[in-house]
Formats: sequence, C-alpha cells, structure tokens
Amino acid sequence: MKPRVLILRTAGTNCDAETDMAFQFAGADTALVHIQHLISDKVNLADYQILAIPGGFSYGDDIAAGILLAVEMKHKLTNALNRFVEDGKLIIGICNGFQVLVRTGLLPGNDTSEMTQRATLAMNTSAKFECRWVDLETQESLCVFTKGVKAQVYLPVAHAEGRFTAPANVLSELEANHQVVFRYAESRYPNNPNGSDSNIAGICDATGKIFGLMPHPERFLTKWNHPRWTRLVKTQDTCSEEGDGLVIFKNAVNYVKANLL
Amino acid sequence: MFLARVYVTLKPAVNDPQGLTVIGGLHSLGYETVEDVRIGKYLEIRVAADALTQAESEVTGMCDRLLANPVIEDYRFTLEQVE
Repeated sequence: MKPRVLILRTAGTNCDAETDMAFQFAGADTALVHIQHLISDKVNLADYQILAIPGGFSYGDDIAAGILLAVEMKHKLTNALNRFVEDGKLIIGICNGFQVLVRTGLLPGNDTSEMTQRATLAMNTSAKFECRWVDLETQESLCVFTKGVKAQVYLPVAHAEGRFTAPANVLSELEANHQVVFRYAESRYPNNPNGSDSNIAGICDATGKIFGLMPHPERFLTKWNHPRWTRLVKTQDTCSEEGDGLVIFKNAVNYVKANLL
Repeated sequence: MFLARVYVTLKPAVNDPQGLTVIGGLHSLGYETVEDVRIGKYLEIRVAADALTQAESEVTGMCDRLLANPVIEDYRFTLEQVE
C-alpha cells in the first residue's frame, strides 16, 4: 500500500498540481481535495497519512496571507486536524501553506494542545513580491522531511509576505529545540529575499512532523526545472537528474512507509 | 445597530516596508516635511447588537481572532449607534 497524501485546495490555491506531481514522483497516492469536501465529510482526513497545504493566494490573501484558510481549518476542521496531529501524521505547508500553518498555531507549536499563533510571516522588507531562486542552508533539525538533505540546496521563492518574525523568546525556543530547518544562505538582500529574522526560511514543530517553508521544493523536481540547466549539463561533469526539492517529498513518503503503514 | 470603525496598525517596533516606500514617494513629490509613515488597515463593520457592551465584546473578539495579527499588529476601534 502506498502512502496517501491529501493536497488541500481552496479558492486561490495555485501550486496544487505541482505539489501533487511531487508526491507522485516520490511514490505516493495523491488526492486533490477541496476544503469544503473535508468540512462536509465527503472526504475523511483520517484516510490519509500526509496533509499538504500548497502555495498560492488562498482567498486572495484578503486581510493577510493565509489567515482565512487558517481560521477555516482551525474552526471547521478542529477535531479532524487535532486527531491527525495526535496520530503522528505528517503535515507540510509550502509558501502560502506555511503562512496558513503559522496562522493556525500548528507552527511553531508549543507544549499545549491549544493552537495559538506565536510567530508570523510579515511583508518582505523590500515591500514587494520577491520571485527568485535562492541558496538555502539545511540545519540540523528534528524535521523528518529533511533527513539526508544536502547541506546547501537551491530552490525558488515567490512571495510578498515571507519575512519570518517572532518574539525573542519564541526565536530562542526554535533554536534551542532545533526547529529551524532551512535558513537563507546569506543575510543580505536579495539572497535573504524577505528580511526574515535569523534568515529563517523554514521551521518544523517540536516533533519534526509538521514542516513549513517559504521556498518551493515542488518547483525543483528534475534537472529541467533548474533555471540554468542547459548550461549546467554542458559545464559540469555531473548534473543530477533529480532536483533539490524532490528528496523532501521522498523523505515524507519513506517516513510513512516505515512508521505509519 | 452599531457601526464599528476598526483601525489595525503595526506595533511600534515592527518594521513597515510599505510605509518606508511611501515616505520615499512623498519625498520624491517634494513633501520634505514627511518624517514617518505607518500603514495599517481601516474597517467599517455594522454590528446588529442590542447593547454597546455586546457590540464591544463582539468586535474585540473579531479583532483578536481574525482582523489583527497578534504577533505584529495592534488594534483600536470606536462604536457609534446607527439606524
């Protein structure tokens, strides 16, 4: 039996097809499910082992990025979501999905079961939408999605509200608990595209099973996704067939095979 | 019926890149007197509450749960009884 991934859709989601393909490449069974189908019980979240909240502009990012989907998940899927987390299943939020996880309080999470927002993704310091490829440094963390990921990876970002910020005590807690998963490799703009505190690009919860990041791993699955792949194949002895992002999805699928099936 | 006028603003210590951009724009137009700009949100909400205290409590809940970001924003509001 293959791990089952639910890719959550709603109005404004626009990276669902790529995320679906990423998990299929990684060997999972996937389903693109609209949130209304979960709310109306047409689809049962408990039938899946991985929940993926893809990028996009859910509900037009009205009020603030991700907040309306976060409120909907918190208040209309409370029991299903709590059970999913309690069962030790995996959740990944990419870009807008990361914003949603932070606004629900699932990230960075805390030692109580109540979902309380403790961090946020604010407007980029450049005051504009940033769409570029960036180098990321993989941190030693608890995250099950990044086991064996190479020390430096190259992924694209595309966001206006990506500046990770949190009160000093929350930032210290993230460092102490090894919850910082990815940092932008340089602190200066544009390599840190948004001005995030401590160059944070992705974090996980204290169990390592809930993971959110602003860069888009689903946009770098094969070498042909690389912006300079035609030059790389000519100039480098080895040009990996696999993009830097794919391993994140494979790790999730392998974790489920080993622990949840 | 009450009309709530809600102002959501960034906390004083939070960097406001959009505000800084607007300062640059105003300076370009010659408004050299501009020293600072902070951008926020303004909402008008009509609340069908019977009493002021009920309207106050409901609007506070709306701000805490949806309209303001507790990590980086503050809010304040006024309430006016309307037809």
